Amino acid sequence: MNSLVNLTKVFKFHGGVHPPENKAQSTQLPIGQLPLPEKIVLPLRQHVGNIPKIKVQVGDKVLKGQLLAEAEGTVSAAIHATTSGTIVAIEDAIIPHPSGLPDRCITIKPDGKDEWIARQPQDWRNTDCNTLIASLRSSGIVGFGGATFPTQIKLRVGCKSEIHTLVVNAAECEPYITCDDMLMRERANEIMKGIEVTQRLLGAEKVLIGIEDNKPEAIASMQAATANTSIQVVVVPTLYPSGDARRLVHLVLGTEIPYDKRSTDVGLQVFNVATVLALYRFFELGEPALSRIVTVTGNVQKPQNFEVRFGTPLPHLIKAAGGAKPDTTHYIMGGPMMGFDLPDENVPITKAANCIIAASPNLFAPPPTPMPCIRCARCADACPVNLQPQELYWFAKSDNFEKANDYKLFDCIECGACSYVCPSNIPLVQYYRYAKSEIIALDKAREAADLARERNEFRLARIEREKQERAAKHAERAAAGKEEAAKRALEAEKSPALEANKNEASSPATSGVDDVKKVAIAAAIERAKAAKSAAAAIGEAPKNIANTDESVKKEIAEIDARRQAAGIEKPAVDAEKQAKIAAAIERAKAAKAVAEAAKTAETKEE
Amino acid sequence: MYRSPYISDAPPVSSIMFKVLLALVPGIFAYVWVFGGGVLVTITLATATAILAEAAMLKLRRRPVQPFLMDYSAVVTAWLLALAIPPLSPWWLIVVGTLFAIVVAKQLYGGLGYNPFNPAMVGYAVLLISFPALMTKWPAALQLAQTQLSFADQLQFIFSGLLPQDVKLDAVTSATPLDYLKTQLTLKHDVASIIQAPIFGIAGGKGGEYVTIAYLLGGLYLLQQRIISWHLPTAFLGALAIISGLFWLINPGHFASPLFHLFSGASMLCAFFIITDPVSGPTTPKGKLYFAAGVAVITYLIRVYGGYPDGVAFSVIFMNICVPLIDSLTQPRVFGHEK
Repeated sequence: MNSLVNLTKVFKFHGGVHPPENKAQSTQLPIGQLPLPEKIVLPLRQHVGNIPKIKVQVGDKVLKGQLLAEAEGTVSAAIHATTSGTIVAIEDAIIPHPSGLPDRCITIKPDGKDEWIARQPQDWRNTDCNTLIASLRSSGIVGFGGATFPTQIKLRVGCKSEIHTLVVNAAECEPYITCDDMLMRERANEIMKGIEVTQRLLGAEKVLIGIEDNKPEAIASMQAATANTSIQVVVVPTLYPSGDARRLVHLVLGTEIPYDKRSTDVGLQVFNVATVLALYRFFELGEPALSRIVTVTGNVQKPQNFEVRFGTPLPHLIKAAGGAKPDTTHYIMGGPMMGFDLPDENVPITKAANCIIAASPNLFAPPPTPMPCIRCARCADACPVNLQPQELYWFAKSDNFEKANDYKLFDCIECGACSYVCPSNIPLVQYYRYAKSEIIALDKAREAADLARERNEFRLARIEREKQERAAKHAERAAAGKEEAAKRALEAEKSPALEANKNEASSPATSGVDDVKKVAIAAAIERAKAAKSAAAAIGEAPKNIANTDESVKKEIAEIDARRQAAGIEKPAVDAEKQAKIAAAIERAKAAKAVAEAAKTAETKEE
Repeated sequence: MYRSPYISDAPPVSSIMFKVLLALVPGIFAYVWVFGGGVLVTITLATATAILAEAAMLKLRRRPVQPFLMDYSAVVTAWLLALAIPPLSPWWLIVVGTLFAIVVAKQLYGGLGYNPFNPAMVGYAVLLISFPALMTKWPAALQLAQTQLSFADQLQFIFSGLLPQDVKLDAVTSATPLDYLKTQLTLKHDVASIIQAPIFGIAGGKGGEYVTIAYLLGGLYLLQQRIISWHLPTAFLGALAIISGLFWLINPGHFASPLFHLFSGASMLCAFFIITDPVSGPTTPKGKLYFAAGVAVITYLIRVYGGYPDGVAFSVIFMNICVPLIDSLTQPRVFGHEK
């Protein structure tokens, strides 16, 4: 093995740490299968991006592999039933997330049959690449290395085919975690098929598989599988965090992906080994993402890897690992370097759950009280990004976010190497997370403030406009006296005078200013109102009368009142005529308003 | 909840400080062998003063006393100061110096991690400026002194200022090699003839050079233990060798050899124990090189042209001032960024 191992040059990155591996415990037994759990709880939030849209209802019978929630928006992933059964609840429940907050989950009561929906394998070798990638939207596949970024997004660039190299991430640098290791030992051939599929999707010619040298069995297995192919197994030295995508790319290719670029910008794409396998199952077998390998280790009786359906309650899994030892205090999801405390034992296994560690005070001693930073710069020596963690800590602590930004806070990958070596036991990563979230919040607040300022300017403009409209209305009221005369004239000779009046009035209005335009619009509204009131007078209430402005209703009422006061009876027979009169009045009002506004506009201009 | 990483592989601050103390032990042994047990008294006095002052200040500042006392950082300051001042000084000299180092230079600035200046060097500088006469009264190496003082005599002298009858102070003290060289050079003597004086040894001062070598050994232990990085001692000793070498090559009659400068005065103590104080020093690898080289150059210039025989304290304090600037100008290239 060793002669093969050292064929490829490895490009080291700065820093890195060597935490105790603790991987042997969970690699003694092969990947185990679990019996069906009593219930399946599928959180909608299992990936980075938008929450998918639920397509089922409580009471629905579902089959294994059936779509329960479809991807919503660009960055999102679908959720599928991981066994057949009945949807018994769609409600908030505690999910395995660092926030510890409940989130929407779909609960299935399995019927025990584990009956598949009709699977639809694709002829991926002969199908158009765009069609293949589009179909991934319903696969539910996300990055199974732990990042859970929807895979279809990472593949979208593929069809344009500027990707020359696929890097398969099998470094698995976090202590305790062995799910990728076991996957490679046991399913190398499926992984190879997955690589073929992924190569087809990306158009990548070159394939490198990066594996840390602490996994000799996996290396041997992959080397056997890749024999007689152009695929290269690159053995990288065990050094945390070699499994970080940018670090791994540097290790195997010597390429430093610029901080503001994606790997695809330099013709590379990185996929976790389990993701690659999931792609094979989706295209070749028509199976969406329903399960993953989970390492169950730490303070359990029989540490082991299991193939676990998503939604399987954690206690079910712990039971399979022989149960937790008595002094177990809680569970950690992920590894000891980047994982988090599960908020509760009763959480379901999700797509992100690469490892569950039963924690006890013996295994992970409570951290000692932090001491002041003595600027020893051990953190800087350990930082794989070559940041200056001691400076970032100082800036984060003093809320000096601008400086923190200058010192490239956002390049921090939160790997925890700095905290791991800190003699003062300072929870450095927590400070960086805090500073990042504050900076993001401040940026959002700034954006919101900009928006608010725009809105306020808009509002001021509106107030000004409304003021002028009110002024126009005043003018109407002032002209109310004339209406009477106009009415009488109308009755006598059907209003030729009014028409003239209108033309006269509108001529200065069209000559002008923006304000006048606005008022013209207002006038148009008035005309519409007139039409409405005319219709009302005919007796056909407009369908949207309920929505009519109160002031309009009032005006109508007022006109009616005035009419009554003037002793004009509402002749039921002559309704049409009456309506016409009312409309004419409204028109007159509008015309006057226009004229008035034009005047005010002129005076304003002076 | 995020609490990761759950594991840690870091020696606590106390263990780092303890190893520094341990690394000083060979130097102290050599010191006792060369100059007598008086230094043990000074070290004890300094340690007691430092602990009491630290505890009192922590109490006044309403900080937890126990964890900060147990970090041993005050003890390190005390030992370094005690090793830097003449061992035959009156008891109050070391007490005043230690008080100033702990109370003013360390605690008033915020305690461990917050002092911009090396506390031991501040204490030393204060004493040197305030009591120049006492600070230059170094005992002659026991092998050289006309009269040898026993430990009891030294103890008595430190606390009462009294020497045994018939013993004059001049008989038990002598100029340090650096001091002697300086005064003799002003008298237009040649370096080659000056170093023929009995106080000069093979490389540095007779006796004193053994202490220096013991410091070097302790320093190598710290390097091996990864308590200090190679940058600081290498750059300091390298720069000191280069600058003294240049002058020496130009005029060997007027300038002492690099070897003499490396093994005289506080050179080795400075290289491995003083400029390696992380709190008041730079953090970037390049910054450490510049900082240490700066200390070396200023030290040399003070030795050759300044008013003091040795210049470590002043040059360290001066370079401490430059640390924020050095750090900000020597930021390493971040992964994925252009320089």
